[in-house]
Amino acid sequence: MELIVAKYNYWIYVVLMMIGFYAMIGKRNLVKKLIGMNIFQTAIILLFISAGVKHGSKIPIVDKYEVLEKGVDVATIVNPLPHVLMLTAIVVGIAVTGVALAILLRIYREYGTLEEDEILEKLGK
Amino acid sequence: MKEVQARAEALKVGESIIIQTAVRILVPFIQIFGLYVIVHGHYSPGGGFQGGVILGASFVLIALAYDLKYSMNYMSERVNIILGNTGALIFVGTGVLCALFGGLFLDYAALDALIPLGPVEWRSFGIFIVEVGVGLAVMSIMVSLFWDLSSNGGLDEGL
Amino acid sequence: MKALAFAATLVTGAILLYGTMDFPAWGDPQSPAATHLASYFIENAVPETHVPNLVTAVLGDYRGYDTMFETVVIYCAGLAVIAVLRRSKKS
Repeated sequence: MELIVAKYNYWIYVVLMMIGFYAMIGKRNLVKKLIGMNIFQTAIILLFISAGVKHGSKIPIVDKYEVLEKGVDVATIVNPLPHVLMLTAIVVGIAVTGVALAILLRIYREYGTLEEDEILEKLGK
Repeated sequence: MKEVQARAEALKVGESIIIQTAVRILVPFIQIFGLYVIVHGHYSPGGGFQGGVILGASFVLIALAYDLKYSMNYMSERVNIILGNTGALIFVGTGVLCALFGGLFLDYAALDALIPLGPVEWRSFGIFIVEVGVGLAVMSIMVSLFWDLSSNGGLDEGL
Repeated sequence: MKALAFAATLVTGAILLYGTMDFPAWGDPQSPAATHLASYFIENAVPETHVPNLVTAVLGDYRGYDTMFETVVIYCAGLAVIAVLRRSKKS
């Protein structure tokens, strides 16, 4: 029980990730698959951000002159590295979503539908 | 998709004078805020990516309230491509310039040989140059993505 | 098919939850993510770059190579969307 209460955040991310995972493998519509991929990505971003949290710490924007004079206590500042990595991941995610939507529009232009089985039927002929 | 377009034309969506006036008043403030977010990234939450997205959103807002053709008076296809290329080139060019002046690639302290400000100040200023480049590239790509996705590649009529 | 997908989701979720048993607790200052490289950034980023926002300092300076290729990635995404969708005016 102690184990679950101390790590309840991971349960939230796993549930969110599995919602996205089910949308990716269970749905037939390609747009719904794309939305599932975005939910999956959001869960991963939240997982990384929560890895940087320290109890009772402040945001990673410090007072420059105070730090130059006295230095800084590492335990009072949130870990900035996951924030940087996830900033990168969000922008790359936007790029992936844009390219995926473009390809979906192109598929719709070719086949007139976005349902997976109907596209496979038209491809099989 | 044809049905949606026909229904939107029947309802005259996007022809509201209230929305158009509000957007016309708001857009300069949004752009100033976007520039502020880019430039003030050293001292507050922000930076090139966030400010670039805000700047791009201002042009998307014009295109949503008016028309795609009308929004391209403010930012044409040619200007968009030039800005995007400039942004990417600023970033890569800064790195190459650092290497040319005897440092490592993207080691901004080496630019001290160009204008003597001190290596630490050059590292701060190098981050600023890079953020401006990122902001330009992100703004242009965001606007370009919206144009192509909303008009299905034709750039004639948007949403 | 849907039942199979649901079963796969449940099994994967159970495995992931089992994996979180070894993870550090939420907000632990001694977790592995907070001890190795992050403490170097927090202590040395301001004296070395004079940027108060540590995220900007790490993004633009220490991980500048990463950020550069991220810009290249989003640039390539824009080019790819144009290549896939854009139709020329003549045709």
